[in-house]
Amino acid sequence: MFEYAPAPESRSVVEIASSYGLFIDGSFDGGKDGNVFKTVDPATEEVLAEVAAAGPEDVDRAVAAARRAFTTWSALPGSERAKYLFRIARIIQERSRELAVLESLDNGKPIRESRDVDLPLVAAHFFYYAGWADKLRYAGFGPDPRPLGVAAQVIPWNFPLLMLAWKIAPALATGNTVVLKPAETTPLSALFFADVCRQAELPAGVVNIVTGAGDTGAYLVRHPDVAKVAFTGSTEVGREIARSVAGTGKRLTLELGGKAANIVFDDAPIDQAVEGIVNGIFFNQGHVCCAGSRLLVQESVLDQVLESLKRRMATLRVGDPLDKNTDIGAINSAAQLARITELSEIGVQEGAERWSPECSLPDRGFWFAPTIFTGVTQAHRIAREEIFGPVLSVLTFRTPDEAVAKANNTPYGLSAGIWTEKGSRILAVADKLRAGVVWANTFNKFDPASPFGGYKESGYGREGGRHGLEAYLA
Amino acid sequence: MPKSAKSSAAPATTPSAAVTPGAATTPGAASPAAAPVTAAPLTAAPVRLAVRKTYKLYIGGKFPRSESGRTFVVDGDNVALASRKDARDAVLAARAAQSKWAGATAYNRGQVLYRIAEMIEARRAEFVALGVPDAEVDATIDRWVWYAGWSDKIAQVTGGANPVAGPYLNISAPEPTGVVGIVAPASLLGLVSVIAPAIVTGNTVVVLADAPQIAITLAEVLATSDVPGGVVNLLTGRHPETAPWLASHDDVNALDLTGVTDPELAVEWERAAAGTLKRVIRPSGATDFTADPGLRPMTALLETKTVWHPKGY
Amino acid sequence: MTVTASAELSDLRSFLHGLPGVDKVGVEARAAALATRSIKADSKAAAIDLAIRMVDLTTLEGADTPGKVRALCAKAIRPDPADPACPPVAAICVYPAMAPIAAAALAGSGVHLASVATAFPSGQAPLEVKLADTRDAVAAGADEIDMVISRGAFLAGDYRRVFDEIVAVKQACGDAHLKVILETGELATYDNIRRASWLAMLAGADFIKTSTGKVSVNATLPITLVMLEAVRDFRERHGRIIGVKPAGGIKTTKDAIKYLVLINETVGDEWLHPDRFRFGASSLLNDLLMQRTKLTTGHYAGPDYFTLD
Repeated sequence: MFEYAPAPESRSVVEIASSYGLFIDGSFDGGKDGNVFKTVDPATEEVLAEVAAAGPEDVDRAVAAARRAFTTWSALPGSERAKYLFRIARIIQERSRELAVLESLDNGKPIRESRDVDLPLVAAHFFYYAGWADKLRYAGFGPDPRPLGVAAQVIPWNFPLLMLAWKIAPALATGNTVVLKPAETTPLSALFFADVCRQAELPAGVVNIVTGAGDTGAYLVRHPDVAKVAFTGSTEVGREIARSVAGTGKRLTLELGGKAANIVFDDAPIDQAVEGIVNGIFFNQGHVCCAGSRLLVQESVLDQVLESLKRRMATLRVGDPLDKNTDIGAINSAAQLARITELSEIGVQEGAERWSPECSLPDRGFWFAPTIFTGVTQAHRIAREEIFGPVLSVLTFRTPDEAVAKANNTPYGLSAGIWTEKGSRILAVADKLRAGVVWANTFNKFDPASPFGGYKESGYGREGGRHGLEAYLA
Repeated sequence: MPKSAKSSAAPATTPSAAVTPGAATTPGAASPAAAPVTAAPLTAAPVRLAVRKTYKLYIGGKFPRSESGRTFVVDGDNVALASRKDARDAVLAARAAQSKWAGATAYNRGQVLYRIAEMIEARRAEFVALGVPDAEVDATIDRWVWYAGWSDKIAQVTGGANPVAGPYLNISAPEPTGVVGIVAPASLLGLVSVIAPAIVTGNTVVVLADAPQIAITLAEVLATSDVPGGVVNLLTGRHPETAPWLASHDDVNALDLTGVTDPELAVEWERAAAGTLKRVIRPSGATDFTADPGLRPMTALLETKTVWHPKGY
Repeated sequence: MTVTASAELSDLRSFLHGLPGVDKVGVEARAAALATRSIKADSKAAAIDLAIRMVDLTTLEGADTPGKVRALCAKAIRPDPADPACPPVAAICVYPAMAPIAAAALAGSGVHLASVATAFPSGQAPLEVKLADTRDAVAAGADEIDMVISRGAFLAGDYRRVFDEIVAVKQACGDAHLKVILETGELATYDNIRRASWLAMLAGADFIKTSTGKVSVNATLPITLVMLEAVRDFRERHGRIIGVKPAGGIKTTKDAIKYLVLINETVGDEWLHPDRFRFGASSLLNDLLMQRTKLTTGHYAGPDYFTLD
């Protein structure tokens, strides 16, 4: 094999300051208590910046600013709100390389993905919802849909800027104002987005960014002046938020965990199915709520699929996220690495067979080799619990009914995959899968026009498309 | 969970076992003191003793007594007092019926709902005799007809093709949430206004009903319409006793708290529902059931499934 | 004759139609993803030299003359007169009528002589004519024969006829290597391309080649990817390594390197060799030479500094 020399994307396109404050009412300031936390590059463990940790008073200020801004923002003609969002979309496009590099630095994801997937989708999302702002009465939610007020939005670390776009774009298009809390380990792109808002001359207080840990988010979603809560993250935290919101009348949407089945039938286009399996579980280091983490292969083609899969996995390039040839970057944090490691060890203890291709991992930073477990059954913990890492559990089935039953045999219901050349089988299986997104002969595809969200414990409400407006309209 | 489909037959066939204790603890049912006096006809014919209705539960298409054997008196009638185990049995029956009901064609579900309207029209007098105003019976019938028509239209209104930026067919379609626990309002119109939007799209329901005589009379309508057993299950009794079991039940997908009058209980049950992230309907303030319901009663109990497929040859 | 006797041959149609399908969007997405690989520095220098060694320097024009062919042969042997370290190309590819001229010009150089045959490019001639064409080319000194399959027969479902023709041509080749041109642009679907690849390999092809260069769709990355998957799977099954030759439309170093990446990540280094992979091209060579010069000199090169042929 010929070796590719390193092809690192230039870091110089992004300038990271040594410290960042909160973005409240149109300007940055340090937190009231002066508490800070560090955000690190997970590929090197190098500290990227110190970031203010918002305390209760800071959150109070942010919510108050959003409430003040709501009066004028919600009264703006939709066509004017639209133009702000179009502006934001354009600025993101213009700054996309900078933001992609920033995202890869703070998150650990390969530049190929932040550049080719995250950033294009972020801009597209703002473009999509910008167009809705002056067309809401045609959206099917009544003749005069009204915004709710202040939306409290808490987002995860796996797609920091994309999740921000999924939250903020529909909220602003519908006339709501926002207080958003990015994840503790990936606060930077949200703070850069604050700067995008300033460049766009978005009125002060319409978007407020409060950085901090879980307690900041918990305080924010419980805030009495918040009318709407939107959360993407773990099912455990989602449950807590649902409990805390109970009885308050706040609107709530939750996009939570998953344990998606990726079902490969014996007549599948094998080479593309293998690509889909790889993309399903190793995209973004497997830090994807809709990851195809349970591979269900028809027993009659198991050997063939496994052989192809292993051969393909041997070509995966793990390493420097900024190298344009990297396929799998760094695990986002030491804590996440510990969880992946622990569950993988449990997989071994439970008797599943573990396999990874030869791959040398860097000495510093948080890394986990792409891994598959064979001989897994529904009774294994690695087939039931969300690992949120590059770890695939391989199970088998004999008949379509069995495949459907196993796929649905989980409290989650976010996504699923089907691989078969037979159209009628795709339609029948897709009908029976209890999952909000079904990818047939493809996987992990996203689009601003396509509603995304789960069944059962994967949460409720949809983000994206016309459906995504509903959560923000009265 | 997958076992429920098979084991559901057991609770559905148990009411006979409950007969004995039920009868033993309800001597009042035979007591003439509670019987309303029928006006004597002018002729000299002997006074005919009316045959009374026994108000039982409605689970899996059958009318069992409460497994607890308990009853309580409502307006002089002994009415079954449902227990948590009745709620459990009702969830099993609802789960067992759900996939087949959802799998029926939308046209078929619409026909079944329309049949319900026909049957209420035919039994109008029964509801009037229970004190339901004529106008409310009218509105109730009209509501069933309205929802009947939605069965094969709601997917077109709430779903469709999404123009994604790539060579893919991308289609979103609504699907029923599954089994819905409902704490129903007391009125007939309120009751059908929470049941109809849930079942028209393919959900099955376990309803905790107020106004037991009206609810069970509606159950008799359902039983003599073409509604498959288990699609609607009605329990009478005291909500605080049964509702928490529905709210915390792992195999219930959604909870409609429209009929809850005590806000503290509503919060408590909503919190319990968060355990499995049930979809919760909790209207703020009283609902005007005479108003146009809009789509929300249906969409709140629908999931959106989006399917992608590449285009290419 | 190296055709493997197997059940595959007893019912060609069932076998070919039983091959796993190819999802168009998926295979194109995979090829596009590989095309984003960034090849720099030392890797790029090695890749360019390898690509030069893989070129079948081609002229297939009605206007070909002995002078033109001799000039091309000279260039094949010494692509960059200014740099003796520059390797020669793999082969010259000409019409049979030009084969004797080329054979003389290439004698002793180590550069192979490929000749198209079998009523190239349409293949619409009686089998006897095709075989005579082949024998003539071999007799004139060609050690590689680029034949075309009967696309008409293939599209009509007459797989047996296509198969038998390849077998017959292979026989007529004698010791010469046989490249089978599928004319993928006319087969239209990836499923057909996979089937035709297997058909050609089963019939004894040493190489499978995408195109004549004479139709609107020639070599593309995803088409080549499907063919590479086919040779990979054929090798697993039969143990024989078949070469792949994309031809037509590959004009730049950037294009060529994308193909090398495709090989690298689909079939591995056994195919990263001129015996296993060729580029059917003409203008590609000069771009490779310009890029090569840029790497050695450190500044951008201009076309006037490279021979025009």
